[in-house]
Amino acid sequence: MAATFGDSSSWSTALVKISPYTFSAVGIAIAIGVSVLGAAWGIYITGSSLIGAAIKAPRITSKNLISVIFCEAVAIYGVIVAIILQTKLESVPSSQIYEPESLRAGYAIFASGIIVGFANLVCGLCVGIIGSSCALSDAQNSSLFVKILVIEIFGSALGLFGVIVGIIMSAQATWPAKSV
Amino acid sequence: MYGFEAMTFNIHGGYLEAIVRGHRAGLLTAADYNNLCQCETLDDIKMHLSATEYGPYLQNEPSPLHTTTIVEKCTLKLVDEYKHMLCQATEPLSTFLEYITYGHMIDNVVLIVTGTLHERDVQELLEKCHPLGMFDSIATLAVAQNMRELYRLVLVDTPLAPYFSECITSEDLDDMNIEIMRNTLYKAYLEDFYKFCQKLGGATAEIMSDLLAFEADRRAVNITINSIGTELTRDDRRKLYSNFGLLYPYGHEELAVCEDIDQVCPCCDGKISSLPINFLQTILRREPDA
Repeated sequence: MAATFGDSSSWSTALVKISPYTFSAVGIAIAIGVSVLGAAWGIYITGSSLIGAAIKAPRITSKNLISVIFCEAVAIYGVIVAIILQTKLESVPSSQIYEPESLRAGYAIFASGIIVGFANLVCGLCVGIIGSSCALSDAQNSSLFVKILVIEIFGSALGLFGVIVGIIMSAQATWPAKSV
Repeated sequence: MYGFEAMTFNIHGGYLEAIVRGHRAGLLTAADYNNLCQCETLDDIKMHLSATEYGPYLQNEPSPLHTTTIVEKCTLKLVDEYKHMLCQATEPLSTFLEYITYGHMIDNVVLIVTGTLHERDVQELLEKCHPLGMFDSIATLAVAQNMRELYRLVLVDTPLAPYFSECITSEDLDDMNIEIMRNTLYKAYLEDFYKFCQKLGGATAEIMSDLLAFEADRRAVNITINSIGTELTRDDRRKLYSNFGLLYPYGHEELAVCEDIDQVCPCCDGKISSLPINFLQTILRREPDA
């Protein structure tokens, strides 16, 4: 075992002795869990305004479901990335768990999960708040819908940025080759 | 002041906010008013209103319409919408909505007591009351002889009970005392409402303090003008002014000593910003009501 991390009672040793599997698992959990939190938050924000506004202006219901679909897409990104990340998990022999290569793979999956989770959280929130305003203004003046939709499209791009970076990070998750 | 409210507001307020915006779209526009101005008969008015949001409320009325029927049905629309919102609201919005009715309750109480004093029939008075200010046992008000009885018999069970602490005397009810009672109750109500809004903080406190300050100032000027030339002493007049608003406290000092309607406008100069003061000046240039 390489004793290159200072003496055994330092914090750095404690940190690197956490199994990379822990980090990977937490990363995957955050990827899906926090994304779904963002999507749900966005959907309820949009949905409550949409239902109230549709009482006096029933024509807005079908068009404004697009906002709900954008929020839902955020959850789907989370699911996709979580599935990709779990395919990156490999088992390594116990002698190699604390190799730098293993730790790197574990941290990569963790980082990817956090990136995707939190990017989707704020994206879902953003799209939800814009969607609620879109429903309310569409009820008053139907020419506003398409213009506000453009804002929503820009907002939903935030989740995509997170997914792209997350997938690139997960390509870093190469576990050490099994030694013969 | 305005923070991350958009993230959690829709939990309790999203549906009601959307409904209120829908109601705002249903308000009569200048074009509607132009049409109504050109109507010759009440049936024309009913026809024009049938194209607006008031249509469903008026369509079942039989043909010889009275003005009071039209007004009653249109008020009914307001009451229905208000009640719908009140059922859907959670705290603190439901308390806030109930505060709005207390002003109408005070007006109804005074209406019934004055009417009874002038020997009118209770049923007739009940029909004239504003529907938003109705409460159970309102008819019992006709039995009371003085304010203490009024409080003990009826008002102690209503939300107006806390506003009575300054008002309970054993004097008999006559016109002057009833007006003083109305203004004292309204003063206590406005101050209570103001404190409640301040406690809620945020956008509510900011916007409501402006609206309530305007209401308090308007009532102060109203009380001053109506009490010029009556037996109301200056101290009594000062007691009826609310403890907040742009005119508090220096404007109130000046208003309390006004003896003539022309002295009222200069009291407000410099204390109220230009918009309310233009409103005030327009009113004061007209003949004051008796």
